[in-house]
Amino acid sequence: MTNAARKPKLTDVSNEVESALYEVRRKIYPRAVHGWFASWRVALVVATQLVFYGLPWLAWNGRQAVLFDLGARKFYIFGAVFWPQDFIFLTGVLVISALSLFLFTAVAGRLFCGYACPQTVYTEIFLWVERLVEGDHVKRMRLDKGPASAAKIGRKGAKHAIWIALSLWTGFTFVGYFTPIHTLVDEARTLSFGGWEVFWVLFYGFATYGNAGWMREQVCKYMCPYARFQSVMFDKDTLVITYDAKRGEPRGSRARSVDAKAKGLGSCVDCGICVQVCPVGIDIRHGLQYECIGCAACIDGCDQVMDKMGYPKGLIRYSSENAMSGVTREGGWLRRAFRPRVMVYSALLLALTAALGAGLYLRNPLKVDVIRDRAALARETREGLIENVYRLQIMNTDEAPHRYVVSASGLEGLAVVARQPIEVHGASAQSVALALRVDPAVVKKGGYDVVIRVEDAEDGSIGVDEKTRFFVR
Amino acid sequence: MSDFISEGWSLYVAIATIASIVACALLLQSQSSRRKGKAQVDTTGHVWDEDLAEWNNPLPRWWMWLFYLTIVFGLAYLVLYPGLGSYQGYLSWTSAGQFRAEQQAAAATYGPATARFVAQDIRTVAANAEAREMGQRLFLNYCSQCHGSDAGGSRGFPSLKDRDWLYGGDPDTIKASITDGRSGTMPPMGGAVGNSEDVRDVAHHVLRLAGRTYDDLRAHRGKQKFESICAACHGADGKGNSQLGAPNLTDDIWLHGGSEASIVETITKGRKGAMPAHRDFLDAGKIHLLTAYVYGLSAPEGAFKAP
Repeated sequence: MTNAARKPKLTDVSNEVESALYEVRRKIYPRAVHGWFASWRVALVVATQLVFYGLPWLAWNGRQAVLFDLGARKFYIFGAVFWPQDFIFLTGVLVISALSLFLFTAVAGRLFCGYACPQTVYTEIFLWVERLVEGDHVKRMRLDKGPASAAKIGRKGAKHAIWIALSLWTGFTFVGYFTPIHTLVDEARTLSFGGWEVFWVLFYGFATYGNAGWMREQVCKYMCPYARFQSVMFDKDTLVITYDAKRGEPRGSRARSVDAKAKGLGSCVDCGICVQVCPVGIDIRHGLQYECIGCAACIDGCDQVMDKMGYPKGLIRYSSENAMSGVTREGGWLRRAFRPRVMVYSALLLALTAALGAGLYLRNPLKVDVIRDRAALARETREGLIENVYRLQIMNTDEAPHRYVVSASGLEGLAVVARQPIEVHGASAQSVALALRVDPAVVKKGGYDVVIRVEDAEDGSIGVDEKTRFFVR
Repeated sequence: MSDFISEGWSLYVAIATIASIVACALLLQSQSSRRKGKAQVDTTGHVWDEDLAEWNNPLPRWWMWLFYLTIVFGLAYLVLYPGLGSYQGYLSWTSAGQFRAEQQAAAATYGPATARFVAQDIRTVAANAEAREMGQRLFLNYCSQCHGSDAGGSRGFPSLKDRDWLYGGDPDTIKASITDGRSGTMPPMGGAVGNSEDVRDVAHHVLRLAGRTYDDLRAHRGKQKFESICAACHGADGKGNSQLGAPNLTDDIWLHGGSEASIVETITKGRKGAMPAHRDFLDAGKIHLLTAYVYGLSAPEGAFKAP
């Protein structure tokens, strides 16, 4: 689907239109581009991938620094060990991520898509490989159009070999977050991979290869929901990549020496660079389109041409609808960034981040569940005391072993019957059976709220109070 | 899907299923053939804000192949798995079969963990801290519902840590109790003993045996009844009989309560206790570990530390 001449004139019935439900995708050959924004994109590709490929190799306390052990249901992130019970923190991280996306989008459009989205990043990497093996966009087009030859098969084969190797490595790294990566290396060496490990390496590898090698912009156009709901996060002050039609039109080619004003031409020399560099194959000069992922390749491309022509840069630039239509001063977008929408997003983001930080800082390394025995509410001991039985699930989320003591309160003369102190290994859980006793001479029949407190034997500040019921019959 | 009331319904469902899939394929086929011709510019005709139009963009062609793929998947599924009426599917998959396969896989996974201990003597296993932890987990899963998380029992369910055994506390007997279960029956003896006064007399004799407070006269009267009727199982001295699971009446440990009223009720109406057999769903390794754990619960204090 090209976007040439797509001004919606609803009365236009002159051209013959294909009214099929499906069409064959036209492959896009993006032209290489250099410049300020391209450098930023490269920097972000490097930064994100250094983190992704590098993290599993870091060690911490004699274990992998970042490891999601699904089997043991423990999630190691540097110094912290998270349990399924800490799910709220994951929720917090996801909410913060979503809010960040909203905030960035409100301020400057699809920053995430253009610079940091894995789809963009891996497409970038794969394109770089493609360029290395097959040459620039013109050569690539010729190669695809040309007849099959040994050279063509050789180049294509080499490209796919590198892609597949890269994809497999990506899948391998991905699995390395769930199975210790050094174990994976040993397994690879002895060819003793587990079935699921093989599946996930291949699956994630295949997804990388398919999405970055073959699907590319189609993921953004047909699959990604973000493109579809970005418009609700945009407003008239959102910075989007915009072609300055007032300055550019009427477009036309001209020699450097020609005075454009005298010829009645705008700044746009109609060189088509902005279309050639576009990874989603649109013409930005038609205005904002949902396909645009905000990668700013056209800005870099156009600025270079403007430089060569001796015109000022910024014919295509980050600008807002209000700035374009003269409602706000050009460059006044910084002041407009303090509009209610942005402030609300920022305030929410700040509050949630602070809450998450505080929650993580104050996280109790001890978790306790109290489960009443349900078969018998109460029983009589040989001494005639009333006894209730509970099961304590004591979870020590610290990596060092701890000793705990249990006490109970809420009833007169409530005594705890259990072996104390209770030793729990580092990052593990233990079930302890425990009985509470009262003298029925002192306490009347009925149910009472009691509190069972589990406390660290050495450090009284680590403790958990759990409410439960005590029955006297 | 094999419980239709007649074969006709099964056929009806199968035909309806196949017809739906074929209809989907035909619809897809008719919509994806390429037509060219004079037509409106491909907008839907909806316009907002002067110039915001909704375009009727075609889907990429490979999307259509995904639709066909779903049809292929559906057909393959119906061949392999139950879905077409009462047809069982080529793989003969059933949920029960899957459950059994998962049980076997679990046995293969966890079997080795218990197998190490099976060869060892129960007393050796009971002294092993790791085995006791495994045993405790098994106990909490399979036994605590009746005997309590702390194995202290409750009314009608014996305590397993008071060193008072109905059937005996040696490893083999514990293992037999777990494997084959027990059925403890105290028949209703109201009729044999006599009227309610006679029953109270016997109850007071039992209270005397247990060392509780009793009425001298009643106990004296009850003693004869006890020795002629109850002694058959509980012994003349009331020490019980572990062959029959008849409890010792002299130790003041009560399965169904030691008050006069409870004892009267026990004599009059009898009692029935059932320990289910676990041989069908616990393998030898688990039973071995459980035996060791239960045995260790009542071992003399300080023999080893329980978890």
